Amino acid sequence: MSIAVTTQFICFTVLSIVVIIGALGVVLLESIVYSAFLLGGVFMSVAGLYLLLNASFVAAAQVLVYVGAVNVLIIFAIMLVNKKEDLKPINDIKSRRIISTSICLTLLSLLIRVDLTNVWSLASPQNSIGEESTIRIGEHLFSDYLLPFEVASVLLLMAMIGAIVLARRDVMSKDISTGLPVDQELIEKSSEPLLTNKN
Amino acid sequence: MESGLDLEYSFNEFLKGFGLSSEIAHIIWLPLPMLLVLVAAVVGVLVTVWLERKISAAAQQRIGPEYAGALGVLQPIADGLKLLVKEDIIPAKADGILFTAGPILVLVPVILSWLIVPFGQNLLISNVGIGIFLWIALSSIQPIGLLMSGYASNNKYSLLGGLRAAAQSISYEIPLALSVLAIVLMTNSLSTIDIVNQQSGAGILSWNIWRQPVGFIVFWICALAECERLPFDLPEAEEELVAGYQTEYAGMKFALFYLGSYINLILSALLVSILYLGGWGFPIPVELIAKFLNLPINAPFIEVFTASIGIVMTVLKAYLLVFIAILLRWTTPRVRIDQLLDLGWKFLLPISLANLLITAGLKLAFPQFFGG
Repeated sequence: MSIAVTTQFICFTVLSIVVIIGALGVVLLESIVYSAFLLGGVFMSVAGLYLLLNASFVAAAQVLVYVGAVNVLIIFAIMLVNKKEDLKPINDIKSRRIISTSICLTLLSLLIRVDLTNVWSLASPQNSIGEESTIRIGEHLFSDYLLPFEVASVLLLMAMIGAIVLARRDVMSKDISTGLPVDQELIEKSSEPLLTNKN
Repeated sequence: MESGLDLEYSFNEFLKGFGLSSEIAHIIWLPLPMLLVLVAAVVGVLVTVWLERKISAAAQQRIGPEYAGALGVLQPIADGLKLLVKEDIIPAKADGILFTAGPILVLVPVILSWLIVPFGQNLLISNVGIGIFLWIALSSIQPIGLLMSGYASNNKYSLLGGLRAAAQSISYEIPLALSVLAIVLMTNSLSTIDIVNQQSGAGILSWNIWRQPVGFIVFWICALAECERLPFDLPEAEEELVAGYQTEYAGMKFALFYLGSYINLILSALLVSILYLGGWGFPIPVELIAKFLNLPINAPFIEVFTASIGIVMTVLKAYLLVFIAILLRWTTPRVRIDQLLDLGWKFLLPISLANLLITAGLKLAFPQFFGG
């Protein structure tokens, strides 16, 4: 084995272990803060796997979108509502855990079966585009994937407008169901949700 | 474009002369530029710290450091040594793991970003295809480190500082990326080398600052905000938050934050000079000088001369911008957090979007000036 192949193998092994252990940690850890930070680690390792596949643009986009935006916002939200709250213990926690574990294991076995039975067509190293991939992605986005691309942007716009409407109460000055004026105070102040039926 | 000085090739050929295989020569070569850039970054920080002390002293009509070396040039080294031997404290109620990982997560992406800073045609660690995009992606990791250290310190000032840092960095990243996108649109490439080469046509006249004046100002404001420099140093505003997310840190962990913020400042200055001020280009094209002196452009002497001019020009432009940043820090008041977010979302974002749109239009209308 040449040095390059060995390095690649070591990187792949380390990244895979980090992804698996990190993902298990995200699900199994009690502390939500640790879960959120571990999620960032998992995203980073997935970006590393993309790099190993010569998809540097996708890797950078993964870091920018998932680590830099999604994960930061998750952690931000967790810290903004940093309430120490004792959750009520659930009665049948054991049976719930057994059910969810069995569902997850079934899904895992399904995925493994797909992985084993499907014949993966691997691109030969000569055909890999490497640094060209940025241009190729751009061409695809503006030709055959134009419609999904535009629909995704409309979806994001809708989500943004929805978030603004939810966050700014002065958009709706009256409660839709009851007709009472809406509390225009700070969002942190506890108040009736907009659409609940006040009797 | 001429290839210029290629140190890697010469070094590998030199090692192969001793009978080493090309793979081993490559492995011996690999750590050298990384080490060199790390040393350059640290020396750059020492110079910047000294400049900061001296310029702030001048702005406040003091003398500043004077006794450590001539004009106090050894003062930053003394500062660093002091931090190095200080006790490393982890507060009793802090979260040890996150408390330690925070500063590392802040520093590592900044140093990694030096990967793409070119000092000459071949004088950079790696001419990766995604170039400037790598820096944008890496700089988005930093707020996680800040949030982490703010949370782990178990201190309300730290947490507030961390939250402010994250909010600031998220809101200023978008106009920053959009103004970079306008440059990329003109260059047709993400690579920093191509961005500089695109500006090298007619010396100072072809620098991007003339074609992207709005982008330049937006980028510089956003870069200052990303570096948390005054007037945007809200995450560590001394009068409100003690020292923000750094409040509980001491010794080497504090030094990591300190180092990180200064390396980031120098990096931003370097990137402004690469994106807008022609990078390693001399105000008068070197080709013209060579033609004037009747020398062939690829003569060994001219190559070494061009490379050294390139390094000097890059560093000179970067330090000019660092000087402006320091001057701004000691002469402007701090903005409020709501003013900061208003400026980012309601002013810089629409302006940079319009700038991008106009650049795209001009590129279609005048392809010979705005990159076809």
